[in-house]
Amino acid sequence: MEGAVVGGAGPASDTSSASGSDSVHVRLKQVTRVFTLQSGGSLHAIGPVDLELTRGEFFSCVGPSGCGKSTLLDVLAGLAVPTEGTATFEGRPISGVPDGVGAVFQEDASFPWLTVEDNVAFGLRRAGVDPAEIKRRVDYAVGFMGLKDFAKAYPAQLSGGMRQRVCIARTLVLQPRLILLDEPFGALDQQTRLLMGDELLRLWRETSATVLLITHALDEAAMLSDRVGVMSARPGTFIDMVSTGWERDRDSRVVSTPRFGEITARLWDKLRRETMKIMGVAHGPAGGVAAP
Amino acid sequence: MKREAWIRLLIVALFVLSIELLCRTKTIPPTVLIPPSDMLIELIAILRSGELNTDIVSTFGNILIAALIVAVLGFAVGVVIHAFPWLRSSVEPLLASYYAVPTFMFYPVFIVLLGVGSAPIIAIAVLLAIVAMITATLDGLDRIPGVLRKTARMYHMSRLRTSVLVELPAASPYLFTGVKLAVAYSFIGVIASEFILSGSGLGYAIAYAYNNFENRKMYALMLLVLLAATAVNSALNAVDSRLQARQLR
Repeated sequence: MEGAVVGGAGPASDTSSASGSDSVHVRLKQVTRVFTLQSGGSLHAIGPVDLELTRGEFFSCVGPSGCGKSTLLDVLAGLAVPTEGTATFEGRPISGVPDGVGAVFQEDASFPWLTVEDNVAFGLRRAGVDPAEIKRRVDYAVGFMGLKDFAKAYPAQLSGGMRQRVCIARTLVLQPRLILLDEPFGALDQQTRLLMGDELLRLWRETSATVLLITHALDEAAMLSDRVGVMSARPGTFIDMVSTGWERDRDSRVVSTPRFGEITARLWDKLRRETMKIMGVAHGPAGGVAAP
Repeated sequence: MKREAWIRLLIVALFVLSIELLCRTKTIPPTVLIPPSDMLIELIAILRSGELNTDIVSTFGNILIAALIVAVLGFAVGVVIHAFPWLRSSVEPLLASYYAVPTFMFYPVFIVLLGVGSAPIIAIAVLLAIVAMITATLDGLDRIPGVLRKTARMYHMSRLRTSVLVELPAASPYLFTGVKLAVAYSFIGVIASEFILSGSGLGYAIAYAYNNFENRKMYALMLLVLLAATAVNSALNAVDSRLQARQLR
């Protein structure tokens, strides 16, 4: 794995979780995922991937389009089975969606036929939670995500950002120990994304859950995460791991610090090469680009 | 009511008024068309006398039965076709060209098979309407966002629960469009069938009045069919609008 550090005080390379193995919450060991195509061929999407997430860590994964980031999330969510290797959550192999794992996807996954509060209560009702407890948790989550005035509204009456907040609230009420986020703010404008990032950090601090965020946005990854993993072009593997060193109590104001610039520069340096590979463009002799 | 609805109502009102004027001034002779106001007066008289109550009940009963059969059977067939892609690719061209076939030509077959009475009428209406419901079901199931099924899996929902609690509500606006078409085609199928193969019902009563030069009765019954179709369609449209607005993403 490459691990160049930008400047003397730049972000550190970190290939594994920060603490000892007893605090490892999620572990991927030599995980690969190969899809069989209808045409008879196969598509090697990811791997082999090794990854350890510490309990309570905020980890982001960036990579070029089609590098298998979402496949990685699907493996962790139990929505896809690794072709090779093992994936464990809390020490147990992931087989099907594990208890304690919640996911928010890029696409709007709110149920349009339910009101905001019914959307948020959906999972709790399926789990047979006591109605009084459902009300308490839903009221809290709806308030926490700033949707109190829209509790009786239908998703069609909300903006894209608010609908994503509904989906986050719906995941939050189930009190997951591992939250998987697949580009949840991908469809939002920059300002809203920054503010949603703040809300996400608030949520993370409050729940102490482990968070894995898949994102295209380097600034989002650099701002939110304890560590950022950079994936290669397909088949996706981790080619760099960057520890940001942020305090746990942080918000979007970190974007104005020099350190933030160093982190994003390093992420972009790695990502740029991988993206160029996909585009079929090679480095030119003077640092420019030239067709191969 | 929205501005567009008022304009629509005004267009209809102006059309009816112009027909009324053309009839009253004898520009259109009464042997061809009677004034709409006379149609309404005659219709009220018919309804008050109760002379055609049996026909009215028979027609609307048949429409209701046909629409229900179409909604249930069309949905079930649509679900089965959707579940098997090989079946779908085989039958889809047939479904696409289905409405090129004049369904009514099969009426002798249905009389031979089902005898006279309501059964062949309902059969023709079902035959006419069912493909619209099958197509709407396929469309609805195709349009369920994959992320909703993924979400259902995150909630550990079984296949059956996913179908009932997620897929069915997600597809409901498209399914309801199918129901709307089922009702509309059932109207057409039942009344048109009564013209040609029935001894009762509104279609038969209209044909009977026509054959006996009872213009007033014929137009009154036509008005009744028109009003009933409009009322039912308006009610279904109102529900449809609510569903569509709610599902808008």
